[in-house]
Amino acid sequence: MSSIAVIDYGMGNLHSVAKALEFVQPGVEVRVTADPELIRSADRVLLPGVGAIRDCMAEIRRLGVDSEVAEAIASGKPFLGICVGYQALMQHSEENGGVDCLGQFDGQVRFFGDSLKDSAGEKLKVPHMGWNCVEQTGDHPLWAEIDNGSRFYFVHSYHVQLGQRDQVAATCEYGTAFDVALQHKNVFATQFHPEKSQKAGLQLLKNFLNWDGSL
Amino acid sequence: MALAKRIIPCLDVEHGRVVKGVQFLDIRDAGDPVEIARKYDEQGADEITFLDITASHEGRDTMVHTVEKMASQVFIPLTVGGGIRTCDDIRRMLNAGADKVSINTAAVFNPEFVREAAQRFGSQCIVVAIDAKKVSLQGEVDRWEIFTHGGRKPTGLDAVEWSRKMVEFGAGEILLTSMDRDGTKNGFDLGVTRAISEAVHVPVIASGGVGNLDHLVAGCVEGKADAVLAASIFHFNEYSIPQAKAYMRERGIEVRL
Repeated sequence: MSSIAVIDYGMGNLHSVAKALEFVQPGVEVRVTADPELIRSADRVLLPGVGAIRDCMAEIRRLGVDSEVAEAIASGKPFLGICVGYQALMQHSEENGGVDCLGQFDGQVRFFGDSLKDSAGEKLKVPHMGWNCVEQTGDHPLWAEIDNGSRFYFVHSYHVQLGQRDQVAATCEYGTAFDVALQHKNVFATQFHPEKSQKAGLQLLKNFLNWDGSL
Repeated sequence: MALAKRIIPCLDVEHGRVVKGVQFLDIRDAGDPVEIARKYDEQGADEITFLDITASHEGRDTMVHTVEKMASQVFIPLTVGGGIRTCDDIRRMLNAGADKVSINTAAVFNPEFVREAAQRFGSQCIVVAIDAKKVSLQGEVDRWEIFTHGGRKPTGLDAVEWSRKMVEFGAGEILLTSMDRDGTKNGFDLGVTRAISEAVHVPVIASGGVGNLDHLVAGCVEGKADAVLAASIFHFNEYSIPQAKAYMRERGIEVRL
């Protein structure tokens, strides 16, 4: 039976994602861990994260998770980032006065702003919280059996803008268009929370557990 | 297509059972919380809120267990409230599988707790629950005050000002209950809902008073709420979640189907 390491750097609710993985693939070995050996020997790696980026990055560096992430991505094994775990892969975030991130991908994390408005001119709330439509850019294995435009659950005040358009796996609209999923070789990452997005989210996790990391 | 308005069934849980009182009296047993949460999840509820209304330690342990069971079977956001007073309480609920906690009385007595909690766990999981009651007399400018202890104790705090302060302290969402309407089935207090929704930049959940589907529509349109919370209309099968969503969509409200 395959194994997946859910990297635990002390931030956020890892219970949800671990339970969701066990639910979609009973018997899968879910390791919630920061232990380099357990991460290296896992078949798949998942970088979750909620909360403020400064604290997340500080813990990632303190625990040496930064080199584990770099190694996992370079190894070619399937890698999934979720929410702050997606933002952390970028170069830089505007949050907390500006924080350098892992720099694994060409991208910036920007604030939605205080004066966000919809197309009708109505003021939009920040955080962007709730179910929004995710527009897929193409046929990635992780979108298998998920309708284009399906709603996923979001909760965030900062959003990612990727520098390489061919790495955009999906976009979303909330006052502005932004990149909500990244695809590059063995890496996939999402701004939304698949573990909280009911059927569509569980399908994405299932696709990830069945993915060999190739396109 | 845009962000959907959320429909949130609320489960008042006591000693491991869902109950629903009318203005905090006349409690009717509505069943097993995990079973009910699963039913709502299948029907397409956008979130679930559990309010722990037991005061005892045994009751709290039962609640943690209930949250654990629910979180391994239901994969939509779960908010847990009732008796959240310390960061340890929050840690315990998040570890059990809750995504957000709702802080009510403790915020009133110690506003710094909200700041500490938001810094520790992130604003995205800190919901501040506000129980508001209209205190202005007829002919006066509308004014609402915060009440604690199930609507029995006035605090002298202005509800709109208080909600602004809570957001400044780090609340990621406001759960607003009208104590005048709770359990009446006469609809939300749209005045206070709109006043608070326009005063803060975070999402506001309207609560208290839903008796029919027009009330849900009014909460979103006139009250400008980002989410609507209801209990008895769903628990006692007066309406289903799909019915509510279809009704809202017919009236031009964006919902997740």
